[in-house]
Amino acid sequence: MTTVSSAEHTRRDFLYIATGAVGAVGGAAALVPLIAQMNPDASTIAAGAPIEVDLAPIADGQIIKVFWRSKPIFISHRSKKEIDAAKNVQLATLPDPEPDSARVKAGHDQWLVVIGICTHLGCIPLAHQGEFDGWFCPCHGSQYDTAGRIRKGPAPKNLPLPPYKFVSDTKIQIG
Amino acid sequence: MSGNSTYQPQNAVLQWFEKRLPIGGLIHSSFVAYPTPRNLNYWWTFGGILSMMLGIQIITGIVLAMHYTPHVDLAFKSVEAIMRDVNYGWLLRYLHANGAAMFFLAVYIHMFRGIYYGSYKEPREVLWILGVIIYLLMMATGFMGYVLVWGQMSFWAATVITNLFSAIPGVGDTIVAWLWGGYAVGNPTLNRFYSLHYLLPFVIAGVVILHVWALHVSGQNNPTGIEPKSEKDTVPFTPYATVKDGFFMACFLILYCWFVFYVPNFLGHPDNYIPANPAVTPAEIVPEWYYLPFYAILRSIPDKLMGVVALFGSILILAFLPWLDTSRVRSGRYRPLFKQFFWLWVIVCVGLGWLGSKPPEGIYVILSRLFTLYYFGFFIVILPLLGIFEKTKPLPNSISESVLGAKA
Repeated sequence: MTTVSSAEHTRRDFLYIATGAVGAVGGAAALVPLIAQMNPDASTIAAGAPIEVDLAPIADGQIIKVFWRSKPIFISHRSKKEIDAAKNVQLATLPDPEPDSARVKAGHDQWLVVIGICTHLGCIPLAHQGEFDGWFCPCHGSQYDTAGRIRKGPAPKNLPLPPYKFVSDTKIQIG
Repeated sequence: MSGNSTYQPQNAVLQWFEKRLPIGGLIHSSFVAYPTPRNLNYWWTFGGILSMMLGIQIITGIVLAMHYTPHVDLAFKSVEAIMRDVNYGWLLRYLHANGAAMFFLAVYIHMFRGIYYGSYKEPREVLWILGVIIYLLMMATGFMGYVLVWGQMSFWAATVITNLFSAIPGVGDTIVAWLWGGYAVGNPTLNRFYSLHYLLPFVIAGVVILHVWALHVSGQNNPTGIEPKSEKDTVPFTPYATVKDGFFMACFLILYCWFVFYVPNFLGHPDNYIPANPAVTPAEIVPEWYYLPFYAILRSIPDKLMGVVALFGSILILAFLPWLDTSRVRSGRYRPLFKQFFWLWVIVCVGLGWLGSKPPEGIYVILSRLFTLYYFGFFIVILPLLGIFEKTKPLPNSISESVLGAKA
């Protein structure tokens, strides 16, 4: 069987192009729901609404863990010593330089709120451990200081800050 | 699948059927009359063993799926119910879990054999690349199956591996959220992993058919690396290869059953008997043994993105092997220098596996870096140069001469 292609444009040429165009557009359109269904669904997004956390029961030097959007959030009530340690750092020596003032809300130096997920590969670092007495990740040895900044190990970035604000002096809203 | 089939069924019903669908002739020409080199050694039996392991994994897997529940609250419990309540559930699960390890053991031997005897060289490049694709699919399937247990190691393996994609600049976080179906590894992740873990073995089976097809087009390589030239160089697949494959399958099954019945948890990790807890990462997380070399490569590089690139690169580089090895002599048997570099590379691969199980500190980090350097150097520097500088040994005139001596 050989295909004879005529020199002139025929109705079959038109049908080829029209069918091909419908197939390409339709195929691409069909991919949208197939891919989008894997994104977080409506209930997951709804469950990610802001939460309020009462800071009053957290003792000086204590770190608590709360969950927001399935992510652990570390809330550290930093002692004077920890705040000083975080402030007295040569910024140029940090892998991801950020001053301590950019890590906390102005006037609330004692409260550090970070997402407790190692920026390397997503493990949860252990509090009050490591050379800088901040966090230590047991998976691949990343070490964070008392401002949650990466100091040593394979993680590329500081522990990220969640969106949050002080509702009152002893209460924050995360999200 | 070529071969000189002279298949003529005697039975009238079979003749009737064969005229309408010549599947008997296909099987006969592929697995009975198919000519195999007469000098194949036991290293060539692992292809058959791998097909057997794929079959065992699919059968035990389908049965386990009848008792397993893919939900974060029930998954771990359902696995424990399989172990305690389901009739022979303990056996089926141990067969499946240890079967995965045996599958990888066999595939590693199969790959080392292919590299030593140059089985990836012209005209078998496509055959080899199909094998690399099967291996990648096996890694994905094995990883997702491990997550289904929903123990601590499962959960954190899922977290670490999906986070590899967060290293992609710009779109990394979007991709990871898409993989998870949430803000972290959770129920949607478990559900889709279950769906894909069920699907991928059948995809593997499909690529295996292509792999065998390509094999039967180019014919098998053999320890001399020279192509069969006459009838004397080959023997029919049945009975010669079938009995050899069958015998070694039985030997392999003994090893497999020893693990299943005597040390079923030896290759696993005790932490995976703790239910998944998203709030606590285990003190020390390691992947299953068959991923350890790649884990060591990932950790040996102090930069996140480059570590992930090296991890994937260490597997993908295998696909380029047919063009990286420039030597015209196929088999390592006649390549004295290649032989030494090859065995050193095998030691490095096993060594990386050992290093992957060690904490990332001190001497282990230094050794990991050296070994990673050699792993890549073997492909990128040694193999291309060896083809130019190596003085190879003379090849025999034919397969039968190498087996029977010059008198043949």
